[in-house]
Amino acid sequence: MSFSWAKPYEPKHPVMKWLDERLPLPRLAYGAVGGGYPVPRNLNYWWNFGVLAGIFLTIQIVTGIVLAMHYYATADGAFNSVNQLIMRDVNAGWLLRYAHMNGASFFFIVVYIHIFRGLYYGSYKAPRELVWMLGLVIYLLMMATAFMGYVLPWGQMSYWGAQVITGFFSAFPLVGEPVRVWLLGGYAPDQAALTRFFSLHYLLPFVIAGVVILHIWSLHIPGSGNPTGVDVKDEKDTLPFHPYYTAKDGWFAAAFLLVYALVTFYAPNYLGHPDNYIPANALATPAHIVPEWYFWPFYAILRSCTFNLFWIDAKLWGVLAMFFSILLLFFLPWLDKSPVRSGNYRPVFKRFFWLLVIDIVILGYVGGAPIVWWRTALGQIAAAYYFLHFLVILPLVSAFETTDPLPNSISESVLSGDAAEAPVATVG
Amino acid sequence: MATKASAEVTEGSGGDGVRRRDFLNVAAVSFAGVGTVAALAPLIVQMSPSADVLALSTTEIDISKVQPGQGIKTQWRKQPVFVRNLTPKEIQEANAVSLSDLRDPQTLAQRTKPGHANWLITLGVCTHLGCVPLGIGEGENRGPYGGYFCPCHGSMYDTAARIRQGPAPKNLEVPEYKFTSPTTVQIG
Repeated sequence: MSFSWAKPYEPKHPVMKWLDERLPLPRLAYGAVGGGYPVPRNLNYWWNFGVLAGIFLTIQIVTGIVLAMHYYATADGAFNSVNQLIMRDVNAGWLLRYAHMNGASFFFIVVYIHIFRGLYYGSYKAPRELVWMLGLVIYLLMMATAFMGYVLPWGQMSYWGAQVITGFFSAFPLVGEPVRVWLLGGYAPDQAALTRFFSLHYLLPFVIAGVVILHIWSLHIPGSGNPTGVDVKDEKDTLPFHPYYTAKDGWFAAAFLLVYALVTFYAPNYLGHPDNYIPANALATPAHIVPEWYFWPFYAILRSCTFNLFWIDAKLWGVLAMFFSILLLFFLPWLDKSPVRSGNYRPVFKRFFWLLVIDIVILGYVGGAPIVWWRTALGQIAAAYYFLHFLVILPLVSAFETTDPLPNSISESVLSGDAAEAPVATVG
Repeated sequence: MATKASAEVTEGSGGDGVRRRDFLNVAAVSFAGVGTVAALAPLIVQMSPSADVLALSTTEIDISKVQPGQGIKTQWRKQPVFVRNLTPKEIQEANAVSLSDLRDPQTLAQRTKPGHANWLITLGVCTHLGCVPLGIGEGENRGPYGGYFCPCHGSMYDTAARIRQGPAPKNLEVPEYKFTSPTTVQIG
């Protein structure tokens, strides 16, 4: 698609030739995920998580569509349709439900690794800024979808999650409370909120699929990045996606899905909360209310704002800080100006990258644990560091860092500098 | 381009530079724009609370059985409501606080009805993120100020349900209500 040596699609069967002349769909697929897409030959395993994310989106859509065939989106019936009907009565319902429930968690695991891969290897840098930003849009849509999906079983955590998260909007002065009531269709979560969340939970995955197509399309203009961050120079640097990367992605997906299966079959509730097996009760809040693990770092940032500052109260600061912690990632391509993409050749950046990872793990721990004073203080330090990293450290490092020498080309780096062998090894 | 433009000027009205086609363009796009906005209206208002939700907007409560020091939890518009019969000591505690110490300054008198200063009626919705605070039920944790304590993020309310400590910005909301008889209250 993007390089002159990309193999053009040549239909062999007359039917395919007939189709290609009328609707070149096979040609599109061949160029996008087939032998017609040249990919850098030096990708490591961190590059497997994009395809894996696509696999989990598919798992979630397939299991979700069948679960919707048995689910009742009513305040009276939702809890029992999940916990009685689907979990006990529907054939294989327990499997589909546990697969969907843990599929969400694994989708986030995969996407988080995919995002950190991008952060380390500078995948957000020119010419791939839009790939990065579309990825963030997918991530935001995933968060909305996961939140609304978690509300559907209408257990205690579902209900109070809906109450707290729609409560974020009430932090905004004047318009906040009317907006909250409008979103819920009532004054507290109830039937109206449940039905609209169900409708949107069904819709958004298809919106995600649409943005995924844009994400891949914009990726294929410059082509995939690679661990050296050096641009592809000629045919020696690439391999066709099929069969090389389809094979690698396939075997890795099988290995990763094994872990997913282990959790789904042997510890299906490990990543959930027992309180969600108590039916929603509008008159009693669970003592320890936390979101699902994938929101913990952001929840920690929200809870870190415990003081009024200027004319803005603590509650609004918390909500603003939480929204901004994600929105600021959209500006990352312009915050990190270093011309070197890969963290492998950026000795200072590399250290700060791992500090950021530790910082986010700490935020996650604080966000998931009950509040005590020292944990709040730890969360405040970690939240401050998160913003410091992106707004101060990263711009400074990219301005002052002395980077290591880059290899001349991808093929040179792959062949360990044995230049004499290079032409022989890459012919064909 | 030049020849085309001059051709259209002759076709339009006069030589003032505004062509008839410009007017038609603006008129057509404006009309379509207004129509689109009008079409959005039902899509937006359908999200607001529906008639059946609004129909629950008043609730009558019998408070005859609530002794001083006790409280009951009821529901109004699907939200918890706390009705508390304050003891003279609790009223005194609430009145002893100076307004300058409060985050959301209000006196107990402003939060109750004249002649019914012992009846503290508030929503049981923490003004932080909407959890139900503890303290209305017998033996629940009332926090250091003797009112309500929210277990979610540690907001503490005093005996007038005013915010004293923790992340909540406002006092527990006092809904609109009136005494329809000495022992019944209509909320909403």
